Amino acid sequence: MLSLRHLSKSYVPGKPVLQDIDLDIDGRGITAIIGPSGTGKSTLIRCINRLVEPTKGEILFDGTDLAQLSGEGMRRARREIGMVFQEYNLVERLTVMENLLCGRLGYVGAWRAWRRKFPAVDIRRAFELLDVVGLAGFAHRRADALSGGQRQRVGIARAVMQEPKLLLADEPTSSLDPKTSVEIMELLAGVARAREIPVLINMHAVELGKRFADRIIGMAGGRVVFDGPPGALSDAVLKQIYGGENWLHD
Amino acid sequence: MTSVPAAGDPFARSWWPRVGLLALAVYVVYACAQMDISAERVETGLENAGHFFGRLFPPNFARWELLLKGLGESLQIAVLASTLGIALALPLGLMAARNLMPAWVSWPARAVVVVARSLHPVIVAILFVKAVGFGALAGVLALMVASVGFIGKLFTEAIEEISLKQVEAVRATGAPFFSMLAYGVLPQVFSRFIGFATYQLDSNLRNSTMVGIVGAGGIGGTLFAAFQRFDYDFVCAILIAIISLIMLGELFATGVRAIFIGNATLADLFRRGAVQRRDRLVEDE
Repeated sequence: MLSLRHLSKSYVPGKPVLQDIDLDIDGRGITAIIGPSGTGKSTLIRCINRLVEPTKGEILFDGTDLAQLSGEGMRRARREIGMVFQEYNLVERLTVMENLLCGRLGYVGAWRAWRRKFPAVDIRRAFELLDVVGLAGFAHRRADALSGGQRQRVGIARAVMQEPKLLLADEPTSSLDPKTSVEIMELLAGVARAREIPVLINMHAVELGKRFADRIIGMAGGRVVFDGPPGALSDAVLKQIYGGENWLHD
Repeated sequence: MTSVPAAGDPFARSWWPRVGLLALAVYVVYACAQMDISAERVETGLENAGHFFGRLFPPNFARWELLLKGLGESLQIAVLASTLGIALALPLGLMAARNLMPAWVSWPARAVVVVARSLHPVIVAILFVKAVGFGALAGVLALMVASVGFIGKLFTEAIEEISLKQVEAVRATGAPFFSMLAYGVLPQVFSRFIGFATYQLDSNLRNSTMVGIVGAGGIGGTLFAAFQRFDYDFVCAILIAIISLIMLGELFATGVRAIFIGNATLADLFRRGAVQRRDRLVEDE
């Protein structure tokens, strides 16, 4: 499905943020990437849909190397990869419905999009999805009138509107309270199950990752240092990922 | 008890602002003396002013047809110049935005906007009168140039200040460039754009009453002729008419802004005290 081969990224030459990452994401279920701040988790996620340009390496998605794509080819690849952001990144002055339909912009021509002429099937699906994420009746609210949890629900719905084959989430719960975080994770897990797609999430909350993920990838210093099921995430591994040990127990 | 360090002056004082103020005061006195602005000069000026204002009143609306024709032409110049100028300024302003466009697009666009801004509308109007001849066409062209300069610059600045996070999210959906503009960029600048556009219409309305003085059409020509013939009562009528036109324009602009920016309805505008910006509900954690 998705294979990263020797993926590296340096924002400043000689100071790599990602070093030689090899990863295979298959099938479905949640893969959580954990690791300390500044270790390149966000960069890794953003390299996959090329919001960040990788310095070298391959990003094989359904057999195509995304790193080689540009223009139309890249847009076609991007529309099959949904993305959820830490700060939701909704278009604040558009309505909830318009934000959801943004997920269809890769499929609908620019001229139709300008005139807000989306296919009826897209609009029907958008209303269904609003129901799924618990925002029925919010279609005409402006995004800037929503709370954080509500915004992230819209963010997820927008990504699902793309009918993605892969869902990326860049710290989707870091700006939310613990209860809302769990609800958002449940929603993401539901998407992974219902659509049978892999969901790749990078996150800070280790406990949340253990609770929801089927697979955990630990990163430190721009490299993958752990890759296994949540059960295998021992204190020794956490020490290796985050360094130190005083934070682990009281 | 621990010893407290001796209290110093809590404010950093500088003598330079005082020196600067003193220098300014000296220069003002010097400039008055230099230009022969004395008490006697002001006195004779006031005498003359009293005489002039006496002749302004009562205003004479006998030639109201001429007045209306001039006003109508000014209004047309303003509306045409605003519409065409803004229509030209939008793509230019977008092309000049450095956060969306490569340098080889943005620099030429910026250059055009800077040139359009650099000359005062009166000078541009004179140029167009010489180029295309007397009449409203020259006025429309002159104010179009002014609109391109003003709206182009402000629109560029507004686009350069948008949140790129919202744009990034739209880009991540695989949206083509023009869809990205429509959904990621324009919603962020729309309300500011309405602000500039109404301000520009207002400003063009005022300027359209002036370009006539150099022969570029509108009420300004009538006003200038009245001045030259010492028809001060007609001058007064024209000035009153211009002030009313500008005030109407102001009301119109306020209404447009209230509807597009403040989310008022048309009915709200006619209700007393209803036109105020509704506070946005923003709930942040």
